[in-house]
Amino acid sequence: MSKLLIEGVSRTFDGVRGGQPVQALQPVDLAVAANDFITILGPSGCGKSTLLRIVAGLEAPSTGRVLLDGKAVTRPGPDRGMVFQSYTLFPWLTVAENIGFGLREQGRPERERNEIVASYVDLVGLKGFENHWPKQLSGGMQQRTAIARALANDPAILLLDEPFGALDNQTRGLMQELLLGIWERRKKTVLFVTHDIEEAIFMASRVIVMSARPGRIKSDVPVDLPHPRHYTLKTSPEFSALKAQLTEDIRVEAMRTAQTQSV
Amino acid sequence: MLRPLHPVAPGTRTVLGIAFFVLFVAFWAWITLGGHVNRIFLADPLSMLKDGWRLLVEDRFWLDILITIWRVFGGFVLASIVAVPIGIAMGAWKPVEAFLEPFVSFARYLPASAFIPLLILWAGIGELEKLLVIFVGSVFQIILIVAVKVGGTRRDLVEAAYTLGATDNGIVKRVIMPANAPEIAETLRLVLGWAWTYVIVAELIGSSSGIGYMIINSQSRLATGQIIFGIIVIGLIGLLSDFAFKALNRWLYPWSLA
Repeated sequence: MSKLLIEGVSRTFDGVRGGQPVQALQPVDLAVAANDFITILGPSGCGKSTLLRIVAGLEAPSTGRVLLDGKAVTRPGPDRGMVFQSYTLFPWLTVAENIGFGLREQGRPERERNEIVASYVDLVGLKGFENHWPKQLSGGMQQRTAIARALANDPAILLLDEPFGALDNQTRGLMQELLLGIWERRKKTVLFVTHDIEEAIFMASRVIVMSARPGRIKSDVPVDLPHPRHYTLKTSPEFSALKAQLTEDIRVEAMRTAQTQSV
Repeated sequence: MLRPLHPVAPGTRTVLGIAFFVLFVAFWAWITLGGHVNRIFLADPLSMLKDGWRLLVEDRFWLDILITIWRVFGGFVLASIVAVPIGIAMGAWKPVEAFLEPFVSFARYLPASAFIPLLILWAGIGELEKLLVIFVGSVFQIILIVAVKVGGTRRDLVEAAYTLGATDNGIVKRVIMPANAPEIAETLRLVLGWAWTYVIVAELIGSSSGIGYMIINSQSRLATGQIIFGIIVIGLIGLLSDFAFKALNRWLYPWSLA
């Protein structure tokens, strides 16, 4: 049985000031197996973030439904942890308090909370920074905290919306390895949205390519590269072949986006 | 050379800040002691200090100062206790805002000083009336500013909290309130400054104590030295309370400055 089932999910936004309604997402069907790492790849404005937000329950679909472990998603909840592109750590809480936010919200006792928080601080390599304010951290450290915060709830699925999009190239590479390392050790179902082709291939066991607006699934590419993956994989022939194929796919879509925008 | 937006060295900043005070007092001394204005209408700095000293030592003016401070803080605390929760409720729950916002916006423009005759009829000329003037003058302002700040809470933080399992009440208590606490404190600091204006107006009418009373009393005796001394005392207390408030905010919300 699939862990996550997306059935005929579409999204249409009301027209602005009496204008035509805009369809951001055509009906999408997607089945995600347990412990799969899925990346959703598409040009900007293809509705990939909208799809992720619908899975998170932050937006309602215009048609269709999302099932997680057979239960319909109606609103956000701790079973779907989310990491955003923007820095969303609570600035009034320390790193440790941020990671413990969800646990506290569920009323878990303090001692249990502290143990879980400590283990996730360790997992994302932030030992020694537990009592720092978010403002005192670099972008990469903030996103590591955000990943730990989402994982601390032990969600059934982890949703990431271009989590490394605001980071510099080197930091992004390190973050990819860190997240992949966590996934290889702990096994988790992951849905990861990105517009970066290399990132999409490197992280995924399956890449879903989306078309230009209105978005739909254009292709579904399995990535059978071995684990554990090392950054040197990015220069291997198999990787390059996949990259060439996806680059062509995305290029066509990006050009279509550019054309519809210039009209 | 003055370059736009170029910072000034800390030492130079202090010197420049003090320099204006020196120039100001020098100009005041020059027009009064130099005989350029009639002494009846404007006392010179030296006789102002002499009058001030006499007020403090002989007329127990410090009692008036204390009573004015008590009125400002009493009325201000009362207004804050009522206004901050209402403002948070308006910012957080849109139906509450739709219900109260038009009235509060209207009430905000009612001048507190115009209420004084009415408040004297209702509450007499005792302490309650003074507190009410400050209350009326501050409460609607605080409600409105707090509501706007709370309404502007970062949506991505609210969404993040929802995905972490926060309930609707949890969002208000653990996101909206802490996220806006420093801004609310800053609003209160601002409104406290306005409360000082209201208290003096309240004390100018139907009062027998306080700094404002001393000022209106001095007017009938053409004691301009005392009037100026009273005004300077208000300014100094305002400055001190502002510093204290700022220090308190820095201590309470270190994360907003880190």
